[in-house]
Amino acid sequence: MSSVNPGALPEPQDTHAKPRAEWPLWEIFIRGQHGMSHRHVGSLHAPDAEMAVKNARDVYTRRNEGVSIWVVEARHITATAPGDKGPMFEPSESKIYRHPTFYDIPDEIGHM
Amino acid sequence: MTDRTDLLEFLLRMGDNALILGHRVSEWCGHAPVLEEDIALANTALDLIGQTQLWLGYAAEVQGEGKSADDLAFLRDAWDFRNVLMVEMPNGDFGRTLMRQFFYDAWQSVLLGRLVKSSDRQVSEIAEKASKEVAYHLERSADTVVGLGDGTDESHRRMQDALDYLWPYAGELCQADEVDARLAKAGVTPDPATLRDEYFALVRRVLTDATLDIPEDDFHHTGGRTGRMHTEHLGHLLTQMQWLQRAYPNSTW
Repeated sequence: MSSVNPGALPEPQDTHAKPRAEWPLWEIFIRGQHGMSHRHVGSLHAPDAEMAVKNARDVYTRRNEGVSIWVVEARHITATAPGDKGPMFEPSESKIYRHPTFYDIPDEIGHM
Repeated sequence: MTDRTDLLEFLLRMGDNALILGHRVSEWCGHAPVLEEDIALANTALDLIGQTQLWLGYAAEVQGEGKSADDLAFLRDAWDFRNVLMVEMPNGDFGRTLMRQFFYDAWQSVLLGRLVKSSDRQVSEIAEKASKEVAYHLERSADTVVGLGDGTDESHRRMQDALDYLWPYAGELCQADEVDARLAKAGVTPDPATLRDEYFALVRRVLTDATLDIPEDDFHHTGGRTGRMHTEHLGHLLTQMQWLQRAYPNSTW
């Protein structure tokens, strides 16, 4: 099964071309409050991991959105290829019995 | 009992530094080299304006003339301001702006760390709040000074130019006069002489990490924090910053 790397910069066509003088792209994950999981909030550019954390703090937590930040360089993320959508995801569409909606929940359990 | 005039002078020095630097940094809004730095600088400017409200708010209270922090910020003229000359200097390039920010943050981090123990409760509370912001500002500006100083040929050259330009202004931050001496005796502020060594040790450590040549000349410009004289740049800054209140007195939003 193939995969793609959405953050990868295209290789220069001309091998004599100068490398792009651009900071790498980082994906930012923020934990909104204790007990919650980190969620992807967006991406930004930074020269290194420490600056990525600082930039994330300044760009994504200025309205008190977070208590913890994770950053990961986008090129380290492996993603499913859009072309594989059929074999990857369609088979689960027809497996409705996998949803826990066929059970009678006793009243005394209350809200689940 | 602390002399109210001395306390007012100290509060104006603190507040005016934050106000004028906050305004200068805000001039980068929409102009910084990359979006991330643009937002970071705007955040820093807003922190500084927030600190200004606390310092000048208390100054107005001590002054006892029924004025507000806004009155002090927008209705005084250049000769009334007590900020150091460094903060009113034009931004220059991004490197010079960050070098100036580093000098200021380094000084603030040393000073506020001591002011937390001030005998004046309100000074101590303001220092407590501001020191958290300043700790982050310092981490960011020091890292950037090192990153650019120890970066490419161009960034190194620009940071060395910035250092050479700003060095003669770095000493005024820890210059001390009789007001400081009396306040230190009353326990309101720390002994300025002890701050100086700590400040320059921090500055030299970061500048060395940044592979920059520290100028040997110890001469520094003075006059801003005592109000004796400001540079021509402060008046221009005030005409822009105060224009709305001057043109439309008492307007609010």
